[in-house]
Amino acid sequence: MRTFVARRLLLGAGQTIAVVLLIFALTEALPGDAAVALAGDQPDPARIAAIREAMHLDRPAYERLTDWATGLLHGDLGTSLTSGRPVTQYIADAFGPTLILAVLTLTLLTPLGFGLGVLAARHEGGPVDRLISSVTLAVYAVPEFALGVLLVTVLALKLAWLPPTAVGYGTDLLAHPAALVLPVLVLLARPVCSLSRLVRAGMVDALAAPYTAHARRYGVPGARVRYTHALPNALAPAVQQLARTVDWLLCGVIVVEALFVIPGLGTVLLNAVAERDVPVVQGLAVVFGVLTVVVNLGADLVAHRLNPRAGVAA
Amino acid sequence: MNDERFPGLRRRGFLAAASGAAALTLVGCGGGTADTASGGTPKRGGRLRAAFAGGGASETLDPHLANLFADVARAKALFDKLADYGADLSAEPRLAEKWEANKALDRWQVTLRKAAFHDGSPVTAKDVLYSYRRIADPKQAFRAKASLEPIDLDASRATGERSIEFVLKRPTAEFPNILAAFGAYIVPENATKFDDRPIGSGPFRFVSFSPGRSAVFRRHDAYWDGAPLLDEIEFVVANEESARVNALLGGQVEYAHELNPTTARAHEGKGQIEIVRLRNSAMQAFCMKTDRAPFDDKRVREAFFLIADRQELVDGALSGAGEVGNDLFGKGYEYYAADLPQRTQDLDKARALLKQAGAEKLKVTLDTSAVAAGFTEAAGIFRDQAAKAGVTIDVKMGSKDSYWSDILDTGALCCYRSGAMPIEAHLSQRLLTDSTTNATKWHHKDFDALYQQAQSTRDKTERAAVYQRMQRRLYAEGGFLVWGFADWIIGTSRTVRGVESKAPANTLDWARFDKVWLA
Repeated sequence: MRTFVARRLLLGAGQTIAVVLLIFALTEALPGDAAVALAGDQPDPARIAAIREAMHLDRPAYERLTDWATGLLHGDLGTSLTSGRPVTQYIADAFGPTLILAVLTLTLLTPLGFGLGVLAARHEGGPVDRLISSVTLAVYAVPEFALGVLLVTVLALKLAWLPPTAVGYGTDLLAHPAALVLPVLVLLARPVCSLSRLVRAGMVDALAAPYTAHARRYGVPGARVRYTHALPNALAPAVQQLARTVDWLLCGVIVVEALFVIPGLGTVLLNAVAERDVPVVQGLAVVFGVLTVVVNLGADLVAHRLNPRAGVAA
Repeated sequence: MNDERFPGLRRRGFLAAASGAAALTLVGCGGGTADTASGGTPKRGGRLRAAFAGGGASETLDPHLANLFADVARAKALFDKLADYGADLSAEPRLAEKWEANKALDRWQVTLRKAAFHDGSPVTAKDVLYSYRRIADPKQAFRAKASLEPIDLDASRATGERSIEFVLKRPTAEFPNILAAFGAYIVPENATKFDDRPIGSGPFRFVSFSPGRSAVFRRHDAYWDGAPLLDEIEFVVANEESARVNALLGGQVEYAHELNPTTARAHEGKGQIEIVRLRNSAMQAFCMKTDRAPFDDKRVREAFFLIADRQELVDGALSGAGEVGNDLFGKGYEYYAADLPQRTQDLDKARALLKQAGAEKLKVTLDTSAVAAGFTEAAGIFRDQAAKAGVTIDVKMGSKDSYWSDILDTGALCCYRSGAMPIEAHLSQRLLTDSTTNATKWHHKDFDALYQQAQSTRDKTERAAVYQRMQRRLYAEGGFLVWGFADWIIGTSRTVRGVESKAPANTLDWARFDKVWLA
């Protein structure tokens, strides 16, 4: 087990480095650089050249990358080209809102997704199952943006139950819980559907498997068969799906951030790409890379615990 | 002359909602009253929250780095310029009380009014010279640097506590435009850091700032132009247009900047919010490069002028929120050649001109991008209009982050827009041989000479006549096919009064919150 974790961590570090290199190459390949982006509609060549020099963009790409990598080894993510502020400050400021949304969403998602899935599986083919399956399929089909606009229009503007956006609340989102309801609802909508459908499918399979039939023949009570024999087997794929959802949430869900004016990581990334602010993009790539590796490793470990026989490929 | 006076703002971000240039203004003379200022005596107090599209976590309060609408709105709350633009884009005195030129128009005496910074110290000639020298620092790339280029800052000097003698490199009749230039704010001597408790002389003083989120300022009671009516102003950033509208409708903000025409139509006159339209704002154009085929033949350019159905472009690309253009910049601004006949579509004549030029079955690529509202729509509409004259236009989409730089030298035909600036600045930035952003490649020595002549002409009527001649030439054979002027749209809650509707973006009264009050 320990070698498995070590191997995965090593692999994860390699993957993160690869992602960072790829992102650097892609950002370099984009038309224009930070100087061009900053000059905007006044692309006076002399001014662009001056900005480029001030930003040290006139140095070769490999030199800039090496400098940045050397800084990274000392825990320094560099400074933004556009504002000159440290990249760590960008990440620290934006991480709070993203984390709040992610934690809230996950806290509700897990019981809801698993609960609905198990419920549907228990009544397989019955009206409850059909209701849950059709509703989740329908909700899943609605894109976040459309759902967000719909919820804002109905719940915030027509009924005035909730604030339509979190504008002006900044990082202090927890002090305005009402503003979090709609974003979390939008974030929950699709993952709940995919998760509950996965759990349902897994449960249906597991409940029909020979080992559950066998357990039943031994006279093991139904609830126990369901929760200690069938569920763990059904959970393994769902846990992987949950990990992907965590990734998705932590990397900042831009649609939700934009619609509700929540200045999280997605917004920072989007701005940084538009500004060709390479150090900020790189810093975020490192953070996202590390998060993804850790979260997926965690999910694999949990899946392994739940279902050791399935084995987990490193 | 190589300056880039009063550049339009750059609007970045993924919202295609309007952008690119962004200095906007409204046409019309004199300060009109706002639609929203409907009645009541001004009342003191209250906090106004204003939502703008912003620059995210990279935002700064350094006024010399101002680039976006949000930056400028914050900068003008905290700082002042020596002059600023009125509704017709002529310079009005602000911190400068008066200015006077010598006979040759290359030395200007500027006298400052009595004004104080937020810490109580007076605004002096030294502060002005420090500010301008900071902007002009060759090691920096401040936006206003090019605007200040005509000033010889080494030779200019303080002649008293509140008087400065500006020495210019050449006669500059429109020197006051330089004082009003975009980003030419006056900061206290030796100020370098602006994100923590910046000190200015503007109507509001600093309270708090978190980049990309919010900035809170409080009334500066000793403001020279009268203390603001509001107690506090908060600028919040919401990049998505729908979010700004929702926040306004939901009562989370009282002022939302930059709305879409469709939003305005949906809410105008419904009583829930007020819509303020700043008419004749952003110039909308197609830009033909006059130094290369097929547009090096002026008959082809004229044919293109005649292909455009301007009303259809305004209705389609601007959702009707705007009015038609006449191939000249600056409708309604000072010196605008308003007496030239309005051009309309004439496909037969266009076809005949193309035939004469040997350009039948012409094929052209039109560069466009989602960089500004209506660009791609305008390109599509113009393609169809051109097809009727036998011209095949191939629309090519470009990257929006590097669009302005890409179209400067390459291609032959592209979508273009510009915010408000004095006509003189448009000429000097874009239409002289050594202009830095000459996207139509309009290189004519005699035209350059006319510009210099205007700058050396003291008498305003004579100067106006020179500008008239220059505009007539551009109307006849220039490279800008100016098809329209877009409205700029602002939404306010019903309690907001005193929002000026006749003097828009980047002019003095646009986003000016010291005269606004809450009923």
